[in-house]
Amino acid sequence: MAKLESSMKNMLLSLTAIALIAAGLMAALYNVTSEPIQKSKEQKSVDAIKAVLPAFDKIENDTANGLNIYKAYKADGQFVGAAVESMSKNGFGGEIKVMVGFDAQGAITEYSVLDQKETPGLGTKMVTWFRPQTEKKKSLIESIFGFEVKTPEKQSSIIGKNPATAKMTVSKDGGEIDAITASTISSRAFLESVRTAYNAYAAANNQKPTDANSGATQEAKEGENNEQ
Amino acid sequence: MNNNLKILVNGLIKENPTFVLMLGMCPTLGTTSSAINGMSMGLATTFVLICSNLVISLIKNLVPDKVRIPAYIVVIAAFVTMVEMLMQAYVPALYASLGLFIPLIVVNCIVLGRAESFAAKNGAIPSIFDGLGIGLGFTVALTLLGSIRELLGTGKIFDFAIYPENCGMLLFVLAPGAFIALGFLIALVNKLRKS
Repeated sequence: MAKLESSMKNMLLSLTAIALIAAGLMAALYNVTSEPIQKSKEQKSVDAIKAVLPAFDKIENDTANGLNIYKAYKADGQFVGAAVESMSKNGFGGEIKVMVGFDAQGAITEYSVLDQKETPGLGTKMVTWFRPQTEKKKSLIESIFGFEVKTPEKQSSIIGKNPATAKMTVSKDGGEIDAITASTISSRAFLESVRTAYNAYAAANNQKPTDANSGATQEAKEGENNEQ
Repeated sequence: MNNNLKILVNGLIKENPTFVLMLGMCPTLGTTSSAINGMSMGLATTFVLICSNLVISLIKNLVPDKVRIPAYIVVIAAFVTMVEMLMQAYVPALYASLGLFIPLIVVNCIVLGRAESFAAKNGAIPSIFDGLGIGLGFTVALTLLGSIRELLGTGKIFDFAIYPENCGMLLFVLAPGAFIALGFLIALVNKLRKS
């Protein structure tokens, strides 16, 4: 078949047809995939809740300070802790979303980074950096020649700390947590999202366990927490 | 068949998009902070290249010359969006690690470059082989660059520790390291090609 001439009519028809077919295909595919995409997003959040909380039997959804809180209870109704979906807009590469788990006393049990766009190799280390230091695996050269390079000690774990008593800022800012090497901005944003999570957790829990507080005091407490 | 093999090898070595054609430098520098990232980006691009080359070689006579570039871009962008949606829906784990790079493929000049210089002049089968060859050439180059940067920067290759991480040069994980490593690689390839 000969190539179509570049006349106005041909150009218009050809481009319109291509654009329409492409748009139609994408619309059809969107319809097919939107449900699985939604499901996989929900699954991700469910998995994160399970990962950051101690063993629980049922989950109750709540919100405080505009954040989603997932409260975990044992089958007999005992409160075991809550997971808070928190975020910070001050990351080096934009928004950071984390799921932070707290036990019934407010100490951090575990965290999981849901979404981040930090610098690969630097800020992305936040996924594991704020956990306790694990036993270092020996590198190939170390095991061949039988020596060991010491890793500098770092106080970067947030697990087990209670933000009500511990200073959850990087050591440069007078806090207790060592920032990721060369990624202070990412570390600050991460800790900010953890503090935001704790504030929401505190706001949600000061009223919940007893159910005795009226709406007015609850609001006052939320206001207090916002100021922290 | 022999001819198709030639096209394949041509894309891998003689017209390697990164080292010889110098196309697609932006994703090359941006996504190669580790070997696995480079390889993933290369493979995703390969897939899009094969599909877009095939479609463009089939519709080339229906597209008037004066509007061929916008038409090709629509085809490429449609493919990339479809790949993104399919990955997000059915392989969310892969999407989580690759998702950031997928939209970058649209603006990758390799895809448009091959559409313009090869698929618009050749039949469907050679175009598929050209896409495969160029795509694999891109993948090999990106994996190589990623491995070098990961090794010098963090002491690992594909996450396998070669030497202790705190002896690595952080520079190579960052953007300047990408330029330095790529510069030396291109010099080396040029030297090898001439001798």
